[in-house]
Amino acid sequence: MKKPEIKESLLAPGHKACAGCGEALAARIIMDAAGPNTIVTAATGCLEVFSTLYPQSAWKMPWIHSLFENSSAVAAGIEVALKAMGRENEAKVIAQGGDGATADIGIGCLSGMFERGHDVLYVCYDNEAYMNTGIQRSGLTPFEASTTTSPSGEISWGNKTDKKPMPEIAAAHKIPYVATATVGYVKDLEKKVKKALSIKGPKYLQVHCPCPLGWAHDPALTIKVAKTAVQTGLIPIFEMEQGKITSVRKIAKKQPVEEYLKLQARFRHLFKKPGGEAEIKRIQQIADNNIEKYGLM
Amino acid sequence: MKKLIEGSMAVAEAIKVCRPHVISAYPITPQTHVVENLSQFVADGELKSEFVNVESEFGAASVVLGSSATGARAFSCTTSQGLLLMLEVLYNIAGLRLPVVMVVANRAVSAPINIWCDHQDAVTVRDAGWIQLWAEDNQEAYDMCLQAYRIGETPEVSLPVMVNFDGFILTHAFEPVDVIEQKDADQFLPPYKPAQYLTTKNPLTFGLLVDPDYYAETRYRLQVAMEDSKKIIEDVADEFKSKFGRYSGGLVEKYRLDDADTAVISMGSVSGTIKEVVDSLRDEGKKIGLLRIRVLRPFPKEAIFAALKDVKNIIIMEKNISLGLEGMLATEIKACFYAKEKQPKVSGYIVGLGGRDIPQDSIRNTILKAEKELAQAEFVDLKHQLIGGVL
Ligand SMILES: Cc1ncc(C[n+]2csc(CCOP(=O)(O)OP(=O)(O)O)c2C)c(N)n1
Ligand SMILES: [Mg+2]
Repeated sequence: MKKPEIKESLLAPGHKACAGCGEALAARIIMDAAGPNTIVTAATGCLEVFSTLYPQSAWKMPWIHSLFENSSAVAAGIEVALKAMGRENEAKVIAQGGDGATADIGIGCLSGMFERGHDVLYVCYDNEAYMNTGIQRSGLTPFEASTTTSPSGEISWGNKTDKKPMPEIAAAHKIPYVATATVGYVKDLEKKVKKALSIKGPKYLQVHCPCPLGWAHDPALTIKVAKTAVQTGLIPIFEMEQGKITSVRKIAKKQPVEEYLKLQARFRHLFKKPGGEAEIKRIQQIADNNIEKYGLM
Repeated sequence: MKKLIEGSMAVAEAIKVCRPHVISAYPITPQTHVVENLSQFVADGELKSEFVNVESEFGAASVVLGSSATGARAFSCTTSQGLLLMLEVLYNIAGLRLPVVMVVANRAVSAPINIWCDHQDAVTVRDAGWIQLWAEDNQEAYDMCLQAYRIGETPEVSLPVMVNFDGFILTHAFEPVDVIEQKDADQFLPPYKPAQYLTTKNPLTFGLLVDPDYYAETRYRLQVAMEDSKKIIEDVADEFKSKFGRYSGGLVEKYRLDDADTAVISMGSVSGTIKEVVDSLRDEGKKIGLLRIRVLRPFPKEAIFAALKDVKNIIIMEKNISLGLEGMLATEIKACFYAKEKQPKVSGYIVGLGGRDIPQDSIRNTILKAEKELAQAEFVDLKHQLIGGVL
């Protein structure tokens, strides 16, 4: 009998990500979909830290990390340099950042990169908090998740705001391609990376990546958590081309948000504190709004 | 060929013949004319560069970082608030050993906001790992731009280089400047060929996480490269002279110091005014000269000591202050004499902050006063009526 062939990945195994890390899985899928003719930048954050502890590197492609907030601008610099040196056919450029790097500290550089029309795919690994520094809230932390800087407490239900609409913010720059994806559906993720890279100009891909440590869920359940997020409507999966929604992933069987929340201790307070039911209703409202807005059903 | 041009145009012309692949900058007074001129060169097809208009100086520095890491020759230009906004990236460019060149049109730092010249901006970032060259006039600023790429791109140096020239005083001054033909510039400055850069042909990882087991060695190597660059800076100046006939380099400039017992120390354009005062004091029989710091980093302590070892009286006139201590040069010059046998008297004066004019009379009076006092962080020409009450 022939042994099954194990494909060598461009993000090599042996790095230091936690067990069940959604971000590591997403990065591997994205890089293998992109292929070796790609130059990659990374923002400071978990991905950079777990994959490049000197003298080791998990990256089998040209890769650079500069700072927390400039992954997009560095990628822009790479793209123009390739052009100026007549090397534009050598490589595609992918910029990567966490949700904090993307939606908060790096949004200025990112907006500039979009506006100028650089031929770069920007990937936001959305694990919904600053995980690298110990689970502090970001602009993409969901409503009422407990983080170390938006903790639940006697008089707090956790994070006070809902996720910043980054895909829409990206699309408002009139860039040709915006998409959301999730490690829950890897084929879809793969397909979107390939599609994005076939389009010239700036592209934005936001990938929902469960974080067993930060969300406090069973590391064996990463994929289940990711899929449940989609099936509740809390994480809409869609594509926007030239500013218009061109595809959505329909919800097969709608699940109440409790099914998602109860898998993760970051929402535990909603089930413990008196009054939690009303708060869960508010979260259900967010899911229902998404379902309606994006036509998820 | 001599041209009567504005300082900003001189710098733009110099950068043009350096043929950077990528230019990225953000406008800020008094740097604007430099980048406007470069944009025009690109718009007219005279310069084949990618000119990247960014959303901030932070973005500009990050763009040139990415370009340089890809093997391109990259240029930026800023001043004051813009330079400070870049600070995090400045350290990063140096740590990544990328020979980016940046011109800084030196300007005061806010608050209160002030658009005129002093040296606080670049002095504040002197620890970032950039070689810092300081011009006295526009010819020197022009020449330094070409030399900057040669120095920074020398493999054993591999460091970014900052060319400083005084905001308004130089950027907006029209002076005759001898400009270099493209073919001669190409001979002096061959294409940049880094040993390592971002390419799919040899996929390398840049900017890794480095833990306590390795970090100190990376800083040590930066320090060694800085020290080694002193010789390269002088070699490049010699080569420039043999090609173009002008010596416009070196670590320090010594002006009438040979038999001097008193030396004034300065940086930038004010040195021209000080030289005139030195001349007139020489006419009166005083043994006085000027030492101009051309390279602030690496700090040329050996050259400074060698030039001043027989001097009894040092008078520093500088356009910056390390608040809570004294002018930066005062501290650093004193360090050159640590544990030496003969200790000169070192007086530190703060001049010209926020573009305050420095007339010859003030320089002269300060020099005469310094013979009788040991000044520390003394502000020259303070308006006492303004500080009696609340400013
Ligand atoms: C200017 C700056 N501020 C703060 C930090 C500290 N810091 C490093 S990574 C990080 C959080 C990263 O969060 P995110 O972008 O969401 O990526 P994740 O680690 O969650 O993948 C922070 C706050 C920094 N490195 N630089
Ligand atoms: Mg995160």
